[in-house]
Amino acid sequence: MASVSLDNALVLAAILFAIGFAGLLARRNLIVVLACIEIMLNAGGLAFVAAGARWGQADGQVMFLFVLAMAAAEVAVGLAIAIRFRQSLKSLDIDDADEMKG
Amino acid sequence: MTVLFYIAAVVAVLSTLMVVTRTNLVHALLYLVVSLFAVAVVFYTLGAPFVAALEVIVYAGAIMMLFLFAVMLLNVSADSPLRVPKLAWLGPAILVAILLAEVIYGVTRQSQPLAGAEIGPQAVSEALYGPYVLGVELASMLLLAALIGARHVAARAGDEQEAAESMERARAKAEGRTAQPGQGLGAEPDVIAQPDLSAGPDVATEEGDA
Repeated sequence: MASVSLDNALVLAAILFAIGFAGLLARRNLIVVLACIEIMLNAGGLAFVAAGARWGQADGQVMFLFVLAMAAAEVAVGLAIAIRFRQSLKSLDIDDADEMKG
Repeated sequence: MTVLFYIAAVVAVLSTLMVVTRTNLVHALLYLVVSLFAVAVVFYTLGAPFVAALEVIVYAGAIMMLFLFAVMLLNVSADSPLRVPKLAWLGPAILVAILLAEVIYGVTRQSQPLAGAEIGPQAVSEALYGPYVLGVELASMLLLAALIGARHVAARAGDEQEAAESMERARAKAEGRTAQPGQGLGAEPDVIAQPDLSAGPDVATEEGDA
């Protein structure tokens, strides 16, 4: 336990990703689903940064910045969809949008 | 530093668990802020201070503010609490636990130490604007597309027509300074609205011109 090792950081990233994934599968509220996607993206970014720290390269942090930009774009469009969802279906429950029976 | 990592990791896992289990939406989002702060501390202990600062500023600041704005805009507090049946957790929990066990088994078979050296903002910026400069351009395009797309999706169907009509009115008003008001390219609603809207400002501009 001299210092943090790569596998500890990757296990933390895996646990956070798994929690977000379980929430994504179980929750039905659109905003919570978006928050779970944010958790999963953040966990992926954590794995990038940990891998970059393992080899002492800046590339991992650069990839995290791209993940960050993508998460911002994704959440902006997702919340816009949530607003439209609320206006047309009068709820935020994703099970209410089952008209296509997919 | 190691102790800091483990404390922050425990806080991150606990607060993330709270995010996915809370029935009150605002409580869940506030726990998500705590989770992001904890992950920022983890980044700092991994030797990435620049990313730790960005995590706080962009994730916990900007993105969570977007979430809270959406919650306020949607008036979610009028809804009933977001009950999740206990049984709904069973399937996802089992599947995810199996996957998590596999990943942890694969990751922890050999322990690899970190390089230890801190990678500061300068090294990150040199990489970002050196080999990855094309990615920066693409990210800017992605954000612009998301901005326009979000505005287009969130706008009500009537908003587009309303914006077009207000542009038409403004153009008719600009033409009304040289020609007679009401004889521009305006449609029928403009002719009705024209005298009410343009009478005051037009008089004012004529006095100003004279």
